[in-house]
Amino acid sequence: MTNGTEAPAIGLTHGASQDTGLGNRGPQSKSIVVPYGFWLFVLSDMVLFSALFASYATLVHATDGGPVTSQLFDRTNVAIETLALLISSFICGLAMIAAKRKNMLWTQVFLFFTGLFGLVFLVIEITEFVGMVRIGAGPQRSAFLSSFFTLVGCHGAHVTAGLLWIGTMMAQVWAKGFQPHIIRRLLCFSIFWHALDIIWVAIFTIVYLIGTLP
Amino acid sequence: MFGRLTWDAIPFNQPIPLITSIVVLAMIAAALAWISYNRWWPYLWNEWITSTDHKRIGVMYIVLALVMLVRGFADALMMRAQQTVAVGASQGYLPPEHYDQIFSAHGTIMIFFMAMPFIIGLINFVVPLQLGVRDVAFPTMNNVSFWLTASGALLVNLSLFIGEFARTGWLAFPPLSEKQFSPGVGVDYYLVSLQIAGVGTILTAVNFVTTILKIRAPGMSYMRMPIFTWTALAASLLILAAFPVLTATYGELMLDRYLGFHFFTNDGGGNSMLYMDLIWVWGHPEVYILALPSFGIYSEIAATFSGKPLFGYRSMVFATLAICIISFMVWLHHFFTMGAGADVNAVFGIASMIIAVPTGVKIFNWLFTMYGGRVRFTTPMYYLVGFMITFVLGGLTGVLLAMPPVDFVVHNSLFLVAHFHNVIIGAVVFGVMAGYTYWFPKAFGFTLDERLGKIIFWCWFIGFYLAWFPEYALGFMGATRRLQHIADPSWQPYLDVAMVGAVIIFAGIVLTVVQLIYSIRTRERRLDLTGDPWDGRTLEWLTLSPPPHYNFAVLPDVHGEEAYWTRKQTAIKEAKLIDEPDYQPIEMPVNTPTGIICAFFASLCGFAVIWYIWWLAILGLIGAFAIFVWYAWRDEHEHIIPVEEVRKNARERRRIRHELLQELIKAP
Repeated sequence: MTNGTEAPAIGLTHGASQDTGLGNRGPQSKSIVVPYGFWLFVLSDMVLFSALFASYATLVHATDGGPVTSQLFDRTNVAIETLALLISSFICGLAMIAAKRKNMLWTQVFLFFTGLFGLVFLVIEITEFVGMVRIGAGPQRSAFLSSFFTLVGCHGAHVTAGLLWIGTMMAQVWAKGFQPHIIRRLLCFSIFWHALDIIWVAIFTIVYLIGTLP
Repeated sequence: MFGRLTWDAIPFNQPIPLITSIVVLAMIAAALAWISYNRWWPYLWNEWITSTDHKRIGVMYIVLALVMLVRGFADALMMRAQQTVAVGASQGYLPPEHYDQIFSAHGTIMIFFMAMPFIIGLINFVVPLQLGVRDVAFPTMNNVSFWLTASGALLVNLSLFIGEFARTGWLAFPPLSEKQFSPGVGVDYYLVSLQIAGVGTILTAVNFVTTILKIRAPGMSYMRMPIFTWTALAASLLILAAFPVLTATYGELMLDRYLGFHFFTNDGGGNSMLYMDLIWVWGHPEVYILALPSFGIYSEIAATFSGKPLFGYRSMVFATLAICIISFMVWLHHFFTMGAGADVNAVFGIASMIIAVPTGVKIFNWLFTMYGGRVRFTTPMYYLVGFMITFVLGGLTGVLLAMPPVDFVVHNSLFLVAHFHNVIIGAVVFGVMAGYTYWFPKAFGFTLDERLGKIIFWCWFIGFYLAWFPEYALGFMGATRRLQHIADPSWQPYLDVAMVGAVIIFAGIVLTVVQLIYSIRTRERRLDLTGDPWDGRTLEWLTLSPPPHYNFAVLPDVHGEEAYWTRKQTAIKEAKLIDEPDYQPIEMPVNTPTGIICAFFASLCGFAVIWYIWWLAILGLIGAFAIFVWYAWRDEHEHIIPVEEVRKNARERRRIRHELLQELIKAP
């Protein structure tokens, strides 16, 4: 992504060196600054999730006589869910490669399938949620279920936002072509999408795997 | 249709909020009429509201902070007056349900909408200038951050006119803040407005960490950055790590209140101690988010007005970063009494005492900076000295409170309240007032009146001691915080002294407005033509006052610490300015209405959520998404400032600098 001749983030004049060394040769180029800032945002998002994880860990045994983890979670279901999300991330990587080569058709196709597998993930999750609410294990049942629905639902809300973002990006790539700022946005999107995987891996382990231990 | 919102929400039967509402609305209407009459709207819209210039945004933050200071201080005066009159048989003039709203609003507004915007405003204004660059990393996002903060402030103040504010204290501890015990809209106002402002704060932090780490003038390596920039970096990192926790915590409380979840409720297995832990994991770093940049301001002032480089620059950097890390390891000292056990309390007590060590390092650094220097006692320097005395006292009471056995005695008493006002007024308020005086000429091209400035300082200094030292004593005598009625008449003399102190501080705040108006009217006498009114040492004094939109015609080349001082001394030694560089056109970000439209939808959505007007909330969300997409579709990101204009301005600056240099050379 690093394009040596791109303008620095602020102020296109000399004095702003193109060097991307240790930061003391003047402002960095936008292709460095924008993903860097986005990474920071993603990190702050992970801090938010860490607070939700902490809440879950505190409240997981506060079931108030209601259902406990092993009665609710289904490993097979979650395995399929995880697979859908990981495949979606892999295709997102392919979309980035296609975008780098400025191939409109494959970028659109890969972005579409990224979104489609994201949607599959979301549908499985919503089905799981609806099933739980049906058997009286909704978030109002106990503190454990409140924290479960909040943690997993917050991830789901992020995936939903990501789907909106994919749609917007497909339209933008279509309308505006592979301009540098569109490419940067795609890069930010892929950072976001992969970061959601990282969070999912933690959810998968801490919530579902540990929750279904015999 | 309008959810919970009915005519009952307007306080027709409560004279105090009703009259306040009418007066405030009349003032706003008068201000709007005045702006319209003078046809200032295009100017305001183009130069301020939609501006992406970090300097303008910084000034807007500070204006917001000053307005909120007046609002928050009005609350403080009302509380002091109530405690002065409501002794013994008298019940005072504020009923408990109103008094509870006032202390909650006072804390919320002073921390979130006075101190935070003031600090962030100064960071906004100063940091890009100190780094020798033209703007922050994400100028549009900067504008959005400001307007989201303003949106939060709007909603908090709206609670005065429509509905009520929280009666749950500034951190809304559950289970009191749960729906069961606080069914009204007060807590919802509190939660929603702070969520909106919190998003703005997180985006600001993203912006400044990126700016400081990735956008610096050539040669500005880490160990050459001014201390204020270092502290801004530390504060931004703290925001980035702490504020998301606040968002999550408030989110959980909102889920409890809106959807019947059981995070912090008494039933359903909820755990209100979880809230305590989460909120203070944010709350303690928050103290340092406010204090560290203030320490940065003092460091700049100490060096400038002592005419010496800052003593122990490196130790200052390390002390700042040490505080940054340790501040995440002390949160439990806010609830020693809540049963964590002796071992846990001991660990957190010791950590709390350890954090005093890097702070002590800083105090010695400032003292040694002054030692042997040619000290000029300007207003900012008064604040520095006043701060050092006050903050050491506040720090000592803090170390007392850090001992769990002592904390068990004075916890939740006025001793604690006196302690945190001691450190927050002593460090943060003195700091921002010093920074305001110090950087005012850079922003507007003339200095503030020094005589009035010193009177304001004395008002704050004397007023603070009178208002808060009696409360230390009252705390030992057993007075708890948040008392609407004083049962023990023997406390009255102390409360009377505190009232006098509050009135003196009030005089200081009135004089701040007087000083501003007086300084504007007599600005011809104190124009800052050189851009360097204090004989400064850092890069913001290199450019003119006020700086051009693009700050620097050419990004300065930095050699060594104290970039501007080095450059100035070289010029004096060689008796000439550096060779005229080759000017080039400058690309600057365009203005954008994104921020204010975003804030409009955020306020709309927030108001709707507070009052359960769900269709409006959905409309607000759709609007917000639409403006997002609309903004993403723009084609023009930057406009070019032609080279002729850059050259003309730069030559004018060189001419002024040349004259200054001649004077400096002539002077012995």
